[in-house]
Amino acid sequence: MRVTVIDYKAGNLTSVLKTLRHLGAEAVVTDGDLALVEAAERIVLPGVGHFAATERLDATGLTAAIRAAIARGIPFLGICVGMQWLYAGSSEAPNQPGLGHFAESCTHFSESPEKVPHVGWNSLEIRPNSRLLAGVEPGEYVYFTHSYKAPVTADTAAVTHYIEPFSAAVERANVMGVQFHPEKSGATGLKILNNFLNWNAEGGQC
Amino acid sequence: MLTKRIIACLDVHDGRVVKGVQFVDLVDAGDPATQAARHAREGADEIVLLDITATHEGRQTLLDTVRRTARELFVPFCVGGGIRSATDAAQVFEAGADKVSINSAALAKPQLIEEIGRSFGAQAVVVAIDARRDPAASDPVRDAQVFVQGGRKLAGRRVVEWAREAEDRGAGEILLTSMDCDGTRTGFDCELTAAVSEAVGIPVIASGGAGTVAHFADVFGRGKADAALAASIFHFGVSSARSLKEELAKAGVSVRLPC
Repeated sequence: MRVTVIDYKAGNLTSVLKTLRHLGAEAVVTDGDLALVEAAERIVLPGVGHFAATERLDATGLTAAIRAAIARGIPFLGICVGMQWLYAGSSEAPNQPGLGHFAESCTHFSESPEKVPHVGWNSLEIRPNSRLLAGVEPGEYVYFTHSYKAPVTADTAAVTHYIEPFSAAVERANVMGVQFHPEKSGATGLKILNNFLNWNAEGGQC
Repeated sequence: MLTKRIIACLDVHDGRVVKGVQFVDLVDAGDPATQAARHAREGADEIVLLDITATHEGRQTLLDTVRRTARELFVPFCVGGGIRSATDAAQVFEAGADKVSINSAALAKPQLIEEIGRSFGAQAVVVAIDARRDPAASDPVRDAQVFVQGGRKLAGRRVVEWAREAEDRGAGEILLTSMDCDGTRTGFDCELTAAVSEAVGIPVIASGGAGTVAHFADVFGRGKADAALAASIFHFGVSSARSLKEELAKAGVSVRLPC
């Protein structure tokens, strides 16, 4: 399984690459080689840091190449900021549009006595029929670190509560996103990444 | 519900895990990669590897140890010791760390916090603070003295004001070690931890003094800690993250129980 991991110079890719390779994937990295997106069997867009960094995806032509790959039915997984990029945008960088695959926008956590960023292990409320989260039991914990979040909508695959309910995972056909870090979420995270690697259009899981 | 984190700390000296009492008298406690994997398997929420002599001896962090430890570790992994520049930090990230902990270098050059955050995100920057209560100060807790170089030298800073500056500069978390309590197994300094936790809006990891389950419950309650770190309690088979968490859950603390 050839997985193309998108590098947009917003942090460290080592953990994601290491975990995908541990699961048997052949992970390659591109920061602008569009041929690697065109040849991808899977695309992963990791992300830590600032939403503004996704500007580089537009500048390098990666946004258009990813959009085309998604239209061809290539499974796509956005992680953290990579998930937020699937939305119309984020209040973190109001002038930087996201992919707009999901029509809503991401926002900062509401004012609260709780600490922000939301850092640590929190539980998942899994919605029925999620293929990305197949086999994950209700209440399993995953690792988060973020200050912005996506709203709960019809595309939400899992809800997590911190200050307010938000989309911990989103899923519509071949396009998936997780706000948490599956590569840092122990056995639960490995299970989720495995589901992504085994995803196929027919709906079966290997 | 967001759980309280239990972080297993590996103090590493010459590529081996060691444990000291109040920063001295080191004894061998095993291989870092083996120990990290065991703690993660037993339910530790995070692993911290501190190269405790790197700054003092002017050595680079043991990148090989980091690489070997990170290889099969799928929980957050923080590395500290001897990180003096954004370049040092980049090498540690490249070797497989998710976060770096900076201490002496951040005090010497506070803009290092911003530099690392700019390239790797605020979540990747943990500012470690070693502090000792100052009985001569009007507020011995809030004005606890900050030390550098593994507790060898006064930094000339007070704990609360330095923690706030670290936050303002973009630190993602504070790792606060009480030098009074470190290695004593008599409990965390809950007053010190609460003073810092209330002063900042970022997570505070309490460190130094863990000995019993009650100590952890106390620092999560009275100490207002978001996470707690322990080293000696996990070595020599004294306890495991799993048994600690099971006891904490019984005491009403929200923790992630390993499957």
